[in-house]
Amino acid sequence: MKFLLDVSHLKTWFPIRRGILARTAGFVRAVDGVSLQIQAGETVALVGESGCGKTTLARSLLRLDPVLSGEIYFEGQNILALTERRLREVRRRLQIVFQDPFAALNPRMSVADIVTEGLLEHGLIAAREKFDAARRLLSEVGLAPEAAERYPHEFSGGQRQRISIARALALRPRLLVCDEPVSALDVSVQAQILNLLVDLRERHGLAYLFISHDLRVVRHLAHRTAVMYLGRIVEEGTTSAVLERPRHPYTRALLSAVPRPGPKRERIVLSGEVPSPVSPPAGCRFRTRCPFATPACAEIEPALEVASGSDGVIPHRVACLRHREI
Amino acid sequence: MAALLEIRELTVDFTSDEGPLRAVDGVTFDIHPGEIFGLVGESGCGKTVTALSILRLIPSPAGRFVSGRIVFQGRNLLELPIPEMRAIRGRSISMIFQEPMTALSPLHRVGWQLVEAIRLHQSVPRRQAWQRSAEWLRRVGLPDPERAMLAYPFQLSGGMRQRVMIAMAMLLDPALIIADEPTTAVDVTIQAQIFELMRAVRRPEAALLLITHDLGVVWEMCSRMAVMYAGEIVEIGAVPQVFSRPLHPYTEALLQAIPSLDAPQPRLRPVAGSPPSPRCFPPGCRFHDRCRYAFERCRREHPPLSAVQERQARCFLAEERAKTSHEKP
Repeated sequence: MKFLLDVSHLKTWFPIRRGILARTAGFVRAVDGVSLQIQAGETVALVGESGCGKTTLARSLLRLDPVLSGEIYFEGQNILALTERRLREVRRRLQIVFQDPFAALNPRMSVADIVTEGLLEHGLIAAREKFDAARRLLSEVGLAPEAAERYPHEFSGGQRQRISIARALALRPRLLVCDEPVSALDVSVQAQILNLLVDLRERHGLAYLFISHDLRVVRHLAHRTAVMYLGRIVEEGTTSAVLERPRHPYTRALLSAVPRPGPKRERIVLSGEVPSPVSPPAGCRFRTRCPFATPACAEIEPALEVASGSDGVIPHRVACLRHREI
Repeated sequence: MAALLEIRELTVDFTSDEGPLRAVDGVTFDIHPGEIFGLVGESGCGKTVTALSILRLIPSPAGRFVSGRIVFQGRNLLELPIPEMRAIRGRSISMIFQEPMTALSPLHRVGWQLVEAIRLHQSVPRRQAWQRSAEWLRRVGLPDPERAMLAYPFQLSGGMRQRVMIAMAMLLDPALIIADEPTTAVDVTIQAQIFELMRAVRRPEAALLLITHDLGVVWEMCSRMAVMYAGEIVEIGAVPQVFSRPLHPYTEALLQAIPSLDAPQPRLRPVAGSPPSPRCFPPGCRFHDRCRYAFERCRREHPPLSAVQERQARCFLAEERAKTSHEKP
């Protein structure tokens, strides 16, 4: 099958430089061997806690962070081999929406300028068409057309996030990378934006790579979910499989930590914190916090393999030596 | 039971570049010894200003108490002379802030800050204060307390810093601990650790005022709760009752806006629009233009916070809503 996005064995490491000669003293292994596929029109969620590498992975797709090795194919083109000019062309169809709607918009540009900048840059509209194009885009994301003449500071967080989405949509992308697009927003506004993302997906057949730490939001939006821990994917499958029948101890702990109404549940409280990505633990990276770890977990690095009992077309994969017993 | 803290008709104004604004408007509630009370609302609703008012930490001259009383252990905090207020801060009422990096001094070692906090209020030899501080760091789960005592805050992780804040808040055995979004800056697995810890190390008679935007957190931690909207309290009640049958439509809307983890809904029900500006509240109920149940009276008349059974709600329909069962979130 042809994928819209096909990432394999991706590693993005950041060098740590020390001393006056700025010698490389080590690497932050932010993304350390990740493979991920997205089909046209599909929403894939990437879940994990701060520092797990999910944002670096997203930025690597657009070549905003230095990739060490691996392959990224988008619409059949090898992103890592493209010239800067060709890359610009590809970025039209691969857009990103950032977390902080306050930092992502230039305060000196009018909303019309912000949302049509890409269109003008790529010569897709003439300057005199700017306001028409802006009004059309704004109404698509549920903003009044008059917003075009105003400036970002006049809008609330939710409205600014709509402007960011309008800007990303302008170039008719096929894949929208959303990096925590609702985590800076209040719950009531958050729901508005989530509904908008669902509408746009249906209207344009958009695919999303949806990066989030909030499993409730992921449950609502994603067809498939991948869980990241310390630079690696530890579990992936359909969202219902991963969140209803989690197999990796980390996924289970994450799920049990979500505070939510309902009967009291058994909670897996993890001890300690995420180890440094500069020198991740040998063997399984999660073993230092895992309640089920055995000595074997320090020896063998578990591969992402099809979980026992996985049925259906989309396999449920897990990277845990003990997933059959626990 | 006598209340530990009584807030009555608290009203706080702020001046801003664009004119005066009312951050807190007639807020009234009680906190009893030993209870965990949740104060919920979205950004700008006045929950943090309410908390800061209790400690009289409202920046002056920008902020100003307009009216009201905050009675703590029989004394109105708003009328106390500054030295007496200082004696209460940290000692009888302590605060855990959202971002420990801004609350801890970046220039001093953790141990020094804890020792100072003790010696500010109690005449204890330095050595003894040091031991007590280290003991608290051990109790809040710092793996190597003696080393953490010598560390600067920036050398600790976010989760560790928040543990230091909790230790500092607990050190002097206060009667009331105020926690303002204590886990917003940390990850969910660390959040679970911190809540577990706050439950475990709290003295049973001490009360906790937990300020949060996360209703899930309120469900897990609190026994009673108040919901704030546009500077006012719109609902107060026991947590299970508020969740199973919210009396105020805003509470109901908040509960419905959270996606469920158990089963995907086809569509979320967001609250349309956004809260009114604190510079000019609309006449009538402040929620009426976003409310699914609003009728003519809501546009004209400002509803009072009225008692309904053992609860309180600021809605003309509260009485009726308490009787009829309506859609569950």
